[in-house]
Amino acid sequence: MSAEDWEPVIGLEVHVQLATQSKAFSPSATRFGEPPNSLTDPLVLGLPGTLPVFNRRALELALVLGVATGSKIRARSRFARKHYFYPDLPKGYQISQYDEPLCEDGHLDVIVAGAVKRVKLQRIHLEEDAGKSMHAGNVSHVDLNRAGVPLVEVVTAPELSSAEEAAELMRSLHRLVRWLDISEADMEKGQMRCDANVSIRRRGEDRLGTRTELKNINSFRFVQAAVEHEIARQARILDEGGRIVQETRLWDADVGASAAMRSKEQAEDYRYFPDPDLPPLVVDGATMGGILRGLPELPSVRFERYVREGLSPDDARTLVGERALAEYFDATVKVHPGERSARTIANWLLTELLGALNADGKSIAESPLQPAQLSELVLLVEDGTISGKIGKDVFAETYQTGGSPRAIVEAKGLQQISDEATLTAIVDRVIAANPKQVEGYRGGKDGLFGFFVGQVMKETQGRANPVMTSDLLHKRLGR
Amino acid sequence: MIEWLGVGETARRIASGETRAIDVTEAFLARIAALDGKVGAYLAVAGDTARMQAEGIDRMRANNVPLPALAGVPIALKDVLVTRGLATTAASKILAGWIPPYDATVVEKLHAAGAIVLGKLNCDEFAMGSSTENSAYHKTHNPWDLARVPGGSSGGSSAAVAAGLCAASLGTDTGGSIRQPAALCGVVGVKPTYGRVSRHGVVAFASSLDQVGPLARTVGDAALVLETIAGFDPRDSTSLDAPVPKYRDALVGDIRGLRVGLPHEYFAADLDADVRAALERTKQALADRGAELIEIALPHTHLALPAYYLVAPAEASSNLARYDGVRYGARAEAGSLIEMYERSRGAGFGAEVKRRIMLGTYALRSGYYDQYYKKAQQVRALIKRDFDKAFQHVDVILTPTTPAPAFPFGAKSSPLDMYLADVFTLSCNLAGLPGASVPCGLTPGGLPIGAQLLGKALDEPTLLRAAAAIEAAVGLGDARPRGLPS
Amino acid sequence: MTKEEVEAIAHLARLHLEPDEIERMRGELAAILEHFGALAAADTEGVAPMTHAVPMDLRLRPDVVAPSLPVQDAVGGAPEKAGELFVVPAVIT
Repeated sequence: MSAEDWEPVIGLEVHVQLATQSKAFSPSATRFGEPPNSLTDPLVLGLPGTLPVFNRRALELALVLGVATGSKIRARSRFARKHYFYPDLPKGYQISQYDEPLCEDGHLDVIVAGAVKRVKLQRIHLEEDAGKSMHAGNVSHVDLNRAGVPLVEVVTAPELSSAEEAAELMRSLHRLVRWLDISEADMEKGQMRCDANVSIRRRGEDRLGTRTELKNINSFRFVQAAVEHEIARQARILDEGGRIVQETRLWDADVGASAAMRSKEQAEDYRYFPDPDLPPLVVDGATMGGILRGLPELPSVRFERYVREGLSPDDARTLVGERALAEYFDATVKVHPGERSARTIANWLLTELLGALNADGKSIAESPLQPAQLSELVLLVEDGTISGKIGKDVFAETYQTGGSPRAIVEAKGLQQISDEATLTAIVDRVIAANPKQVEGYRGGKDGLFGFFVGQVMKETQGRANPVMTSDLLHKRLGR
Repeated sequence: MIEWLGVGETARRIASGETRAIDVTEAFLARIAALDGKVGAYLAVAGDTARMQAEGIDRMRANNVPLPALAGVPIALKDVLVTRGLATTAASKILAGWIPPYDATVVEKLHAAGAIVLGKLNCDEFAMGSSTENSAYHKTHNPWDLARVPGGSSGGSSAAVAAGLCAASLGTDTGGSIRQPAALCGVVGVKPTYGRVSRHGVVAFASSLDQVGPLARTVGDAALVLETIAGFDPRDSTSLDAPVPKYRDALVGDIRGLRVGLPHEYFAADLDADVRAALERTKQALADRGAELIEIALPHTHLALPAYYLVAPAEASSNLARYDGVRYGARAEAGSLIEMYERSRGAGFGAEVKRRIMLGTYALRSGYYDQYYKKAQQVRALIKRDFDKAFQHVDVILTPTTPAPAFPFGAKSSPLDMYLADVFTLSCNLAGLPGASVPCGLTPGGLPIGAQLLGKALDEPTLLRAAAAIEAAVGLGDARPRGLPS
Repeated sequence: MTKEEVEAIAHLARLHLEPDEIERMRGELAAILEHFGALAAADTEGVAPMTHAVPMDLRLRPDVVAPSLPVQDAVGGAPEKAGELFVVPAVIT
């Protein structure tokens, strides 16, 4: 049996840190990169006598994600205690949600090989993060700054059928949570982490194979690599007639392989029960109303709109890849509504502006060119005031100096020359001045046409209307 | 003598300037030094800070600054109440010498009221027990008979009040741990409605059952202290947002027409004869003062013990998971992480605590949750329903607090025997209702007997009114424990 | 209740028990659990588990930062520390 005969079945559990100022159940700050154990209070430390009080903003952000993924929102959900002993878990239990999670049955779309696949999200629930435990020889060091930061855990149904789909799902979720301002989701800061459940089965078979859990995946690349590696590992074992052991495996990016965790730690019974310190979490109509009103236009809806407005699917997809980019685009379109084509604006934005920003290492938020200026520039090109080529020069200058494109065109006299009489005179002058090339061209050397265009451009500092120039040259040259 | 004046009178004399706060505090400190060696109520005496607090009150008085309600009144705290800068051990070795960086809400409130904190009182380890014999440090002796237990788990709190070693004390009650020791030591003990008093800063035993309450020699004193510590606390998500009445006002009422329920399940044939006799006298006294005695039934009473001994240990096993030797408390020598956990907890916890953690862990295991913890929570709802039905016809319920008076040390040899001592007090915690124990007589041998009153949620006023009536009629008056000099 | 079960629960709870403790615990737990038989017999059909005596919903707090504990207080009570970090025997994965 070869690898192609095996069908991978993959589910992801993704943890996303919510962008709140304070922690889930304590008012300690959630900042990253602070000195160890400087963001704790008696509750975070799990001192005797401390009690949790839940952060409203964490609920709001989780609800936004629930609504954006079309999830069913539970009007009354409960926090549950999940028990295990680990040095970075101060209370000996994590406050999470178990059989009454906040959101269920949502979905996320992924695009693989040009096809859209809708992946079901079994649940999205609230929980608190643990601290960090770092190996240091024969001891471990514990920093509790991260302990208590609010998280949502997003669990997909086991519906992903390739490593690529898994990576795409991560990307899709990453884009969405950033779009909604739910989370910075910086994977290097550990603000988004994922575990993958992987099993394989013969193609066409209904039953699921034994699955393993992959942990310690902290980039999109590693999602793909780790899942691929695991699929291959399982296929090899089954091809040899072996059995898959249900276990948790840690991905080691340096080695490019996973290794089983010590099995003693795995048979954990979390002894879930509803947290008696926290009454039921009620989401009422007023709260939902506020969430719905504050929801930005979702990427998928925007994508449809852009395509309707004439953008190519590729351009539309790029624009909805980042909310700031889409907003910049919308702002540009709004400046002179109806007077330029959305398509042209998209083109200038994605090619010229993004090109310049990328070269500078800047984000769209840091763009020296404002939507009003971009719109003005596009207008000048579309109404023929300047040529496209001149437009690029004006763009570069506006980008550097920040001035108004119209002002630059005026000041430098860059207006396109489209007056037939003027152009004809120039064309005639060029033809008269280059008899050898004229003879060559009339004799069949087609490549010389570009020379004449170039000469006209030189005479006009590039301002000659290219289409008219071309027509006139053909007329005067006779072919 | 100053130590027997009580909360109200002490506060009055200090406010009027008749008495200095420092003199009251010194008197108590001297009495503690003289007698606590025999009683063993205290785990730690905070002499220096108490004196400083008292001097502060006296300075305020001298400057004519209006004094807060409990100014200068010396109060002691069960050692499960977290006190900033003052060791808090929960009577366990695992917290030996732990100095908290914060104060419990009830402690903050006492400070704001000007009370003097005399020290931390002994109890059963992590509040688990009914005799204070489970303290990891020492036994506390019943001032009425030093060879007997003071009850538990708030045994230090009840003994200290009974022996005149503080004007009043705070205890906690999860299954009867204020009321039972109050009964055994002949003092008043009140467990408020669940959520009435903040649990922020209370070392957690069973989160859905724990409450802090006052122990004092009179109902009036208990009412004053309850007024001070009750109230909404945003730091406790189970805290009730309801106004706190002036509980002392409840004491001037009469009880004519008060409907007193008598649940037959609590007056079974095998009740101790002395207890039965005292309760009979109590019933008669209430009737004489115009109360109406009504027979009621609380049919699920027999389920209270199994339900409690499932819910409480389950929650306790969870609440005690944080004691792992990593961030605070005692840590045992160990070669590996697992060994560190197992040995720290194995050595740091006493036998009863370990037993309850095991029981609770067992009950919460996956596969067992439905038949144990969830079932017990359903039974709680049934027990609450019994009370709701009964309270449609009665205003307050009267029972004995305990099946028998104080027992000798070591008398309850099996855990189950000890658990049975709580049988009358458990239902009240399970239902979240307020309860109080008030002395209603002495056995011929001179041991105190307590009458228990149970009330509707947030109806502490009616509870206190009935308790005051009992106190006036059949209370111990000025009787002092015979085990100690006055 | 078997000895193995007691050991399994003790491990879940991270409690080291001496052999005689295990035996004693086995007997005591068995006796207590037998007592719970009464619970099983109770008719709780359709009864919602009681969550709180006085029904209440979860109160939410505003997302406002409060000062953290000074780090000396945070790690001050630790049995073992390295600077500002808690120290424990190595976590083995």
